[in-house]
Amino acid sequence: MKPGTRLKSAADDTEVMVIRTGGGTIECGGAPMGEAKPAEPAALNPDFSAGTLMGKRYVDAGGQYELLCVKPGKGSLSVDGVALIVKDAKPLPASD
Amino acid sequence: MNIALLLEMAAQAAPDRVGLVCDGKRWTYGELLCAARGACALIERSGAHYVALLDESSEAAVIALFGAALAGVPYCPLNYRLADADLAALLGRIAPALVVGDGKRVARIAGDQGHTVLPRREFTLQAQEPVPEAEDREYDPGAEGVAVQLFTSGTTAAPKAAILRHSNLLGYILGSVEFASADEDDAALVVVPPYHIAGISAIMSSIYAGRRMVMLPAFSPEGWLSLVAGEKVTNAFVVPTMLGRIIAEQDRNPVETGSLRAIAYGGGKMPVEVIQKALALFPHAGFTNAYGLTETSSTIALLGPDDHRAALASDDPKVRARLASLGQPLPTVEIEIRDEDGKVLGPGEHGEIYVRGEQVSGEYKEKSALVDGGWFPTRDAGYMDEDGYIFLSGRADDVIVRGGENMSPGEIEDVLLTHPAIADACACAVPSVEWGEAVGVALVLRDGHLEPAVDEIKELIRARLRSSRVPDRITFVAELPYNEMGKLLRREVKKLLGD
Repeated sequence: MKPGTRLKSAADDTEVMVIRTGGGTIECGGAPMGEAKPAEPAALNPDFSAGTLMGKRYVDAGGQYELLCVKPGKGSLSVDGVALIVKDAKPLPASD
Repeated sequence: MNIALLLEMAAQAAPDRVGLVCDGKRWTYGELLCAARGACALIERSGAHYVALLDESSEAAVIALFGAALAGVPYCPLNYRLADADLAALLGRIAPALVVGDGKRVARIAGDQGHTVLPRREFTLQAQEPVPEAEDREYDPGAEGVAVQLFTSGTTAAPKAAILRHSNLLGYILGSVEFASADEDDAALVVVPPYHIAGISAIMSSIYAGRRMVMLPAFSPEGWLSLVAGEKVTNAFVVPTMLGRIIAEQDRNPVETGSLRAIAYGGGKMPVEVIQKALALFPHAGFTNAYGLTETSSTIALLGPDDHRAALASDDPKVRARLASLGQPLPTVEIEIRDEDGKVLGPGEHGEIYVRGEQVSGEYKEKSALVDGGWFPTRDAGYMDEDGYIFLSGRADDVIVRGGENMSPGEIEDVLLTHPAIADACACAVPSVEWGEAVGVALVLRDGHLEPAVDEIKELIRARLRSSRVPDRITFVAELPYNEMGKLLRREVKKLLGD
């Protein structure tokens, strides 16, 4: 999968843009994400339902994965069942 | 990846919020996105390979930038101040283009190059015609697609075509701007010309932050101050010469500037005197010095508001000196100082500034300038202190080599400017039979002062620096030559001193 690919959640409204990825399965709401929405929506897994926030970047602990949320939803993001976390960036003063 | 994502996200999150004010007209993010989609259709119909802008800043710059991105065609704003022959040559390098702006001039100087020309008003009107299938269409030129092509100012040679890919520009914005982080009342005053990298990054970062842009197509200090007061501007970016003129005007005819919270500056060397006056005149504003290049998608190092205040308040000469520094690297880039052989230098050692990171393209249409490991040699000379603050001493090409000894014009100029009778100074290499090169200086006398004796100036340099830095040639001029961005044109001073 190349950087820039847009993935849609099968379980909620979340959409992400892939910035960086390893070989694992990217999921939202507990279900694998895909470039198209499935005909039948997947059930939202309560363990992965903390919600996604527009414009936040989500990363794994190993720094292999980075996803930008471009559309928010009720599900939360994971890779192979391991939850991703919000990347905290130190706010910079506006420079341009 | 596509930089149009920035506008799509802004329009999705807040379609009815005003994103741009220009010539009294207000544009919402939703309207800007519709117009960008309309521009994409126009560009595709024209068959153009580039989208050029030959115009001052206006809504057309925003619409053309994102329209070109959607169409997968590089956006290439041109410097309308160039002479006809130079401009015609650049237009020839991007034919066939859709040129937005001065149609009469294009017809006159490049009428046979196959361009499609639309004056600003026509382009803006036609772009607003609805495009039926726009909503469901995927626009993706890929990460490797070129978003922007900018011709460098060519202060030393013919202009080079610097290339910025979607991945470079998105890397810069996503790494340095928090989405929708601006308050509803925030407004950024954009006055940098559209053909400058800071003009392009201002559009992208304001839109992604959700900060309303207020465009001032042509700079004047009165116009700038009246927009600050009228639109309650909170953020602004200026080049040093602009700030100097704004201060003088605000001194003469003060207006209400209490809304200004953040003033960023860059694009040339800021005289310490100007920044000190500015800090006193705008006590509620935080000042940020931004250092960057076209080839790095804008800012790579920052001296933030806290650094400015700490420098002003400190008794420590090391901390005080930071008022003249470029600040520290952004967390998303790496910066090193290297010598001529590429060896990494330690704190305090003078060399060339190298940078790498996602936002760094370092690439020209003709060839890439990147060296091993993706590092970009900026050709800027400088050093880093032990806390990572970077100090610029000039262009590497401006270094004076006297009898094998390298000296930077900056250190000589800094000493000259401590003389009460000297308002401005430029040091550059002059030919020397004995040494190959020697130091020549052009000086501007401060109003109301008498011209200091040549020996006095030589003694000043000898006492503060080394005897090798003592100028061989000293001349007084009415003013030094600067370009419209406040960049000192050293080659012209060199000519003057060489004669």
